[in-house]
Amino acid sequence: MRLRLVWRKALNAVMLTLTGVAALAVVGVLFFILGYLLYHGGKSLNWDFFTKLPKPVGETGGGMANAIVGSLKLLLLAALMGLPVGLMAGVYLAEFGGTTFAFVIRYTTDLLNGVPSIVIGIFAYSLAVLPVRHFSTLAGGVALGIMVIPVTVRSTEEFLRAVPVSLREGAMALGASKWRTIATVVLPAASGGIMTGMLLSLARVAGETAPLLFTAFSNRFWSPGWGQPIASLPVMIYTYAIAPYDDWHRQAWAAALVLLALVLVANLGCRLVLNRRGAMRSV
Amino acid sequence: MEEENPTIMKKTLLAVPLLFALALTAGAQSNPMLLNAAGATFPYPIYSKWFDVYHTQKSGVQINYQSIGSGGGIRQLLAGTVDFGASDGPMSDDQLAQAKFKILHFPTVLGADVPTYNIPGVSGELNFTQKALAGIYLGTITKWNDPEIAKTNPGVSLPNSDIVVVHRSDGSGTTYIWTDFLSKASDVWKNKVGKGTSVNWPVGLGGKGNEGVAGLVKQTPGSIGYVELIYAIQNNMPYGKVQNAAGKFVKADLAGVTAAASGAAKEMPEDFRVSITNAPGAAAYPVSSFTWLLIPAQIQDAAKRDAIKGFLKWMLKEGQDYNEGLSYARLPKPVVEKELKAISLIQ
Amino acid sequence: MSATATTPIAHAVPPEAGPRAFLRRLRSGDEVAHVLTLIFAAGILLITSLLVYELWANSHLSRAKFGWMFLWTRTWDPIFDNFGAAPFIYGTLVTSVVSLVIAVPLGLAAAIFLAELAPRRLSDALAFLIDLLAAVPSVIYGLLGIFILVPLMRTTLGPALKGALGFLPFFSGPNYGVGFLTAGIVLAIMIVPFIISVSREVLLTVPREQREAALALGATRWESTWQVVVPWARSGIMGSVFLALARALGETMAVTMVIGNDPRISASLFAPGYTIAAVIANEFTEATGDLYLSALIELGLVLFLLTFILNGLARLLIAATERGGGRPA
Repeated sequence: MRLRLVWRKALNAVMLTLTGVAALAVVGVLFFILGYLLYHGGKSLNWDFFTKLPKPVGETGGGMANAIVGSLKLLLLAALMGLPVGLMAGVYLAEFGGTTFAFVIRYTTDLLNGVPSIVIGIFAYSLAVLPVRHFSTLAGGVALGIMVIPVTVRSTEEFLRAVPVSLREGAMALGASKWRTIATVVLPAASGGIMTGMLLSLARVAGETAPLLFTAFSNRFWSPGWGQPIASLPVMIYTYAIAPYDDWHRQAWAAALVLLALVLVANLGCRLVLNRRGAMRSV
Repeated sequence: MEEENPTIMKKTLLAVPLLFALALTAGAQSNPMLLNAAGATFPYPIYSKWFDVYHTQKSGVQINYQSIGSGGGIRQLLAGTVDFGASDGPMSDDQLAQAKFKILHFPTVLGADVPTYNIPGVSGELNFTQKALAGIYLGTITKWNDPEIAKTNPGVSLPNSDIVVVHRSDGSGTTYIWTDFLSKASDVWKNKVGKGTSVNWPVGLGGKGNEGVAGLVKQTPGSIGYVELIYAIQNNMPYGKVQNAAGKFVKADLAGVTAAASGAAKEMPEDFRVSITNAPGAAAYPVSSFTWLLIPAQIQDAAKRDAIKGFLKWMLKEGQDYNEGLSYARLPKPVVEKELKAISLIQ
Repeated sequence: MSATATTPIAHAVPPEAGPRAFLRRLRSGDEVAHVLTLIFAAGILLITSLLVYELWANSHLSRAKFGWMFLWTRTWDPIFDNFGAAPFIYGTLVTSVVSLVIAVPLGLAAAIFLAELAPRRLSDALAFLIDLLAAVPSVIYGLLGIFILVPLMRTTLGPALKGALGFLPFFSGPNYGVGFLTAGIVLAIMIVPFIISVSREVLLTVPREQREAALALGATRWESTWQVVVPWARSGIMGSVFLALARALGETMAVTMVIGNDPRISASLFAPGYTIAAVIANEFTEATGDLYLSALIELGLVLFLLTFILNGLARLLIAATERGGGRPA
């Protein structure tokens, strides 16, 4: 008996330490990447970067103002097109699921998630570019919107399911209909996790290059409206990073830093507004 | 009952960046005409310079060029999603047949591929025969001290180590030029592998873009790869001399490239589709190539047509002055004359 | 997904039958909600079907010419128009497996630490930063891979592994720095944020009573975590692994920069290889032959099929190991 207790205690200590080590490793890599970006990107960040258009090779002083705005516009479109679909589908799977149809939907969502981003780009190209014969911001938004859906669906469903039955039963006992329960009790309770999923999916598409190459194309200049090609940070990073010029490399790092900062600010903003209250937490 | 609706909050939150974006775009000009073009990565630096300078001179014309690759340029041109294309390799007869409209080729600049290597203990320039390069890339020559390499480099002590071959993994005009050259250098290569923007490489690692190849070569002792001349110059990479058709070992530079083009200029076909690898002439660098703009022969929109024609004229005269600054070679005079005449074919 | 996940949340009262009851439900909005959400869910099906249709239609040239042989042909020759998917399927599978083998234990352990052991503030802050990792563009991971991981692999990691495990076929052969293992590691770093982020959130939703019950029965902290909390959150954790796997299968840019891009099948993890997503990304923009294009699109279709099968296998595996201990309906 005593030996078994000693063993269990030892195992306890070892395993818990290991989890700490794992967390340390991941955080270490994370800080390394962020630090690297901060260092290389920060060096080349200046006011011009945020306000000027790109300059051709050999000239300093160019910036990525159009790419920053471009990324914002594209993410906005992706969010508008993809998040509601993901949210609603997640609600369906959690609240009205259980049928074979729901199983099919769940499976299909996982499949969609595994499609390489370039294939989604090709798909969006044939949907939104070929018929009208020009590249556009809208087409880029479509491609990114499709990519946002799977992660949103999965997390919405998971966190809706995590809401305890007692909460639902309580609402119904008070006379609420099913949809009212969902809308006013369950969704708010799961909002923290759902938001994580949404932000995660937006963060991921913020850095995607391949789907934009054939849809939004890119643009040296400003892109008014939604029907013209548009520059975006990931495409600029890609173009500059594999070019032979040092100045462009530095700008690529700076762009990566800006992209990360954008996602950070969006993350912070959303969390502040939604304030984590009502999220299901124990401990 | 409390109406907590996170969706409404989210929508409000989304409205903020929307307004922000709209506000920003409101300030953008909508007057200038935007021409979209796509294609080769090889001439991207000079094109971006040209289009920029041209825009400052003619502020009404914005030419948006994206380097998605020669094949991409051809495809988008055929699909009609861009106004004109650019390619490092001329369009084949099959491709031209696919087009619903006639397409004209206009050479713009000249460039070259160079063999770059990283051999511990070897710091000088190596001389490569055509057979040597073909053998290395075919995988038949596997050691650095192989007689084919050693015989043209007396006095250099080549190690008895394996050659690590590096090539491009992405389809590119650079590969097209290199494989075009190898096809002329070796019949075995021509029959086994062929020429193209992407081929079935017998051996080697694939690096993405010039950067990828250069990176791999720099890091891998005993490796050899091919990159564009301007890339090697800009990055101070050592590269070797290649033996040309006349038997001389030439180190790639702008003069050698222009020499290769001059040799070919005499027999330039009307449609400008010509390969100048392995060109005749003692000073010619054998791995050189034109790169072309692909312009539709018929452009409906008069404003666009004039803009494109205007650009072409400018490019052939003033534009060429910018070439050397970015390590591209100028077009030879006879070719320029021919092209200026050909502009009138655009209607 | 676990068996519990396929049943809907229990109603306190089952819905009544009959037309009047239907009208009542209609007015109270339940049917509307049902239909509305169903439409969106069906939308996903529509998009995916359309995608598959496009892949199918645009690959017909290649399918007609090669048939099933496409799946085990090992050549990829754009000049002589001979295409086969075998090396790419192999590369995709190997890199994905390697990345999961690294990322799942690491990610799960880190998530456990963040959810159970770390003080709340620290946990939130770290989770927030880890989420940021998901936004780092693929290209940047690729560049970091080239600048840091590849030399590391060639000079330090590779020789170390060879020294210790060189007798295994996995670690034999020359080591260039680029290859399956390097790509697997880069992928692991890219997918670990998904696993940690979602797993942590799910672990945090496990009711406190469960932990306390275990501890009250004399379990150590670890035992309570591993034997009670984690199984409770099992479906969510599996979900995060699915997400991670899906991303690994489809990752393009970062992989192509560190895998060596050589369409060859080798047992050694040090050897260069190629994945489906990488070859599509590399060659699609330049491909001009119709058959060539068609073959690339057929590769996309093959990847889709691969994802389909892997997902199915994984689900079967979960269903088979389902022993209860998950969240009840």
